[in-house]
Amino acid sequence: MASLTANTVRIWYRVHKWTSLVCTAFLLMACITGLPLIFGDELRDLLEPHVAPVSVPPGTPTASIDKMVAVAQAKFPTLHPFNVYWDDDEPRLFVNMSPSAKPKDGEIKSAVFDVHTGHFLEAPADRFSFVSFCLRLHMELFMGLPGELFMGVMALSFVVSLASGALVYGPFMRRLRFGTYRSEAAPRTRWFDLHNLLGIVTLTWALVVGATGIMNAISTPLFGIWRAQTMPQILAPYRGKAMPSHFESVDAAIKDVASALPHNEISSVLFPNAVFGSPRHYVVWTRGKTPVTSRLLTPALVDVENGALTVTNGLPWYLRALEVSRPLHFGDYGGLPLKVLWAFFDLALIVVLVSGVYLWLIRRRAPVEKELNHLVQLEEAQTGAFAR
Amino acid sequence: MSLSLPFRQIYGPAIVIGLITLYGLLSALLGDGIWDVLSWIALAIPLVVIAWKCSRDNGTSAGA
Repeated sequence: MASLTANTVRIWYRVHKWTSLVCTAFLLMACITGLPLIFGDELRDLLEPHVAPVSVPPGTPTASIDKMVAVAQAKFPTLHPFNVYWDDDEPRLFVNMSPSAKPKDGEIKSAVFDVHTGHFLEAPADRFSFVSFCLRLHMELFMGLPGELFMGVMALSFVVSLASGALVYGPFMRRLRFGTYRSEAAPRTRWFDLHNLLGIVTLTWALVVGATGIMNAISTPLFGIWRAQTMPQILAPYRGKAMPSHFESVDAAIKDVASALPHNEISSVLFPNAVFGSPRHYVVWTRGKTPVTSRLLTPALVDVENGALTVTNGLPWYLRALEVSRPLHFGDYGGLPLKVLWAFFDLALIVVLVSGVYLWLIRRRAPVEKELNHLVQLEEAQTGAFAR
Repeated sequence: MSLSLPFRQIYGPAIVIGLITLYGLLSALLGDGIWDVLSWIALAIPLVVIAWKCSRDNGTSAGA
């Protein structure tokens, strides 16, 4: 049984107050922008229509990726192939072209192809995307990596606020039945009840979304660490050799990887890139085919000159944990009903945040500290100690 | 005034709802089909509890 002394409760109450105040504004923004992001796929389909690929019977062979890349190259002669990836929902291949290894915002141009026919479908225009706008505000405040890390700190503050909130929930609820809601009472009492009820009922969901938010925020540096540990070994044999002058076929590279990793499917190919991959290899990202393993990525490297294949040992545990837990932040892994439930949890969290701010704003008229002290004193008078 | 509630009565329902939520979150993550449906049911429970508790005044407004 929890043994909280009166002083401990006061300390946790202060932790709850301050960590909440630190993150509330940003969290409110994250909740509001997160709401449309839950339905990001649906909104993109609605707001950003695209040319559909032809429907084909199952088992139809796919077209050459080399040819699609060549078409994209002809469309964007000043750019270089950056990566190709397959759309999750439709048989479409995106060929991304970039002026450099580390493209800035808006520098990447995409050409979209039909995976089966190999026909060019469209080059999406650079126009305002509501979903992308929400996403960038949500994850990085339009500030790139520093913004991402800042939002990570806000998420950390949120998780501490949740944990301390759960601890002070007990003392505040000592005289109230679970789920007490006094709708006829004064506004302060009503908001206090709402804050406690919604807070405690959505606690687990909020903790999971907060914790996975932290993990997403630090994913860029984590991948950087892995690359810094892995690449030097892979590139060591090439030391002193001239940079590759011609690129072998991407189709051949994919075929080799597919036969080396028969249980995986290929999700994307990164062209030689000294910043995000290897300057001498295609990095072929693969993933499993079951619900769980589809989140586990295994990269394979293919030498662009001689086609030699290097399969890594998969990602280290911290990146596996990141990849598996990532959907828990988005709620997009269990169909539309899960997304709708996710939206309701999000709305409940907004109420918790707003009621928390309200309780803090009216603190001069009805100080929560005073009430807490009163509860603690009552308890001490009754039992000799606050809780045992 | 009644004696204060024991730990079990304060945190018991919260812990049960927490475990149901956790099950709901993981069920859809680790499986498809029926596991998705079980996840929807599990995650609807906390929301139903909120709706049920907020649907009427259930406390003695004289207290606190």
